[in-house]
Amino acid sequence: MNTVLEVRDLKKAFGGIHAVDGVSFDVNEGEILGIIGPNGSGKSTLFNCILGQLRPTSGEVSLDGRPVTGMRPCDLNRLGVSRTFQLLQVFPELTVRENLILAAQEHKGSMLSRLFGARDAGLTGDANRMIEFFRLGHLAENKASGLSYGQQKLLDAAMAFMAGPRLVLLDEPAGGVNLTMLANLRERLEAINREEGATFVVIEHNMEFVMALCSRILVLAEGRIIAQGDPAQVRRDPKVIEAYLGH
Amino acid sequence: MMRRRAAIYGVAAAACAIFLVAAPFALKPYGIFILTTWAVMTIAAIGLNLTLGYAGQVSMAQAAFVGIGAYTTALLTTHGWPFWPTFALAGVACFAVGWVLGYPALRVQHHYLAFVTLAFNTLVFLIFRNEEWLTGGNYGISNIPRPSVFGWEADRPRDFYFFCLAHLAVISFATWWLIRSPWGRAFVALRENPMRALSLGVDTRRYTLMAFAIGAGLGGLAGSLYAPLVQFVDPVPFALALSLNLLLMVVVGGSGYFFGPFLGAIVAVLLPEWMRFAEGYYLIGYAVLVIVLMVFCPSGLFGLAERLLFPPDKNAPAAQPKAQGEGA
Repeated sequence: MNTVLEVRDLKKAFGGIHAVDGVSFDVNEGEILGIIGPNGSGKSTLFNCILGQLRPTSGEVSLDGRPVTGMRPCDLNRLGVSRTFQLLQVFPELTVRENLILAAQEHKGSMLSRLFGARDAGLTGDANRMIEFFRLGHLAENKASGLSYGQQKLLDAAMAFMAGPRLVLLDEPAGGVNLTMLANLRERLEAINREEGATFVVIEHNMEFVMALCSRILVLAEGRIIAQGDPAQVRRDPKVIEAYLGH
Repeated sequence: MMRRRAAIYGVAAAACAIFLVAAPFALKPYGIFILTTWAVMTIAAIGLNLTLGYAGQVSMAQAAFVGIGAYTTALLTTHGWPFWPTFALAGVACFAVGWVLGYPALRVQHHYLAFVTLAFNTLVFLIFRNEEWLTGGNYGISNIPRPSVFGWEADRPRDFYFFCLAHLAVISFATWWLIRSPWGRAFVALRENPMRALSLGVDTRRYTLMAFAIGAGLGGLAGSLYAPLVQFVDPVPFALALSLNLLLMVVVGGSGYFFGPFLGAIVAVLLPEWMRFAEGYYLIGYAVLVIVLMVFCPSGLFGLAERLLFPPDKNAPAAQPKAQGEGA
């Protein structure tokens, strides 16, 4: 199996606090990897270091064997690494379709073709397919600000998939989403994984969601990986139970 | 719904266009002068609306670019250059200076950026005033010729008005094209959520610099038309007050709306003339108007018009209150 993402001994310190303290792992093509851990265990910092939002103190990140440590998020995104944020981030004044077009318009052509070429950068078809896929069809022309929280969360996820990424990092996709919407979201993520072979890394607090979705799970505590394996193994691991329940 | 909106705006725009073409035949030279000032200031405000309204980058230096454009044209046309090359040069020079001024915006935002650009405006003003060998200092540059195009002298007020109106039309079209292109979408994304935009492949650094440079370039073009309009430039009109006035045009008109600057410039340029009878009370009235508008309709006059003409659809899916910090 091919390795898409390699993280080697990644560290990030804020003053004296080691938020991420020597984390190494691989992400294999086509898998759904879950990263769990108590609050403050460094999950989001790890994402931000991998994705160039934060510059790691030390360590290496490579994508398909190519070093990408500290690369700007926009360049990394154009190489096929996409993400969502913990707090949902859509563009409220753009319509649902415009949000989706924006999410892919920088991936082809040049600055000049984006100025003089088609207004939709030739992406209306792709956007409509994505809207159908995430069942947002009746909302395509609505401003994102008019959508419910759950609908915005779906749009947020859809934007991450719009440019056909190789790897998608999802930071708490289930946060604040109601049960019906949650089942819908999980089903959509599984379908993309199955049909497009997209590789995911998912940070999540909702154990049920993460155990059902992921084939492999890493457990982070105090900036280190304390356990990994399939969901059943992780659930039984005494170190994991201790990290979650305290001493 | 969309069709009704397009129809209303189409009719309104056509009515305004007819008015703008017909008005100078009914006005005295001074009225035409005011209307020409409106056209020129609208161009500068369109530029600032691009930087501030669409891309969300605060700039208090638009007057400096109008000044650089005005001095460029004033210096060169008084040395025998024809108008259009100086017009192009004013735009290009301001584009370049605006690009450089954009660099601080990559590091600081909002009121800090306002102060950086404010300092820049003051710096440029001091150069206009103190570098007498170039700018003539407080004496300025006089006897700036009106342009002549292929033997047609745009010398009389009405001719020069149409000359400026044509430039406004072309610039409006180019700006309209720009904001409807993927660039416009990227500018709005930059304003609304730069971090998310960056994660979606939008090179926010390049677009920020572009937003500054294009806005500044349009300021330069406005200045280039301003010089032959007043036929005399000195430093005073390009002080900070004009930057604030242009900012007010954008905000009062409707920041981030294509037609906002047109309305804002009416308020800032024409209203003071119509309100002459009120003498000193005019400023009080104006201030009250701005305060009331900003409190009740922060999206400006154009936002107000939108709200009155197209009230939000009651059947549309209501937005749930945003759960701030949820899932954090």
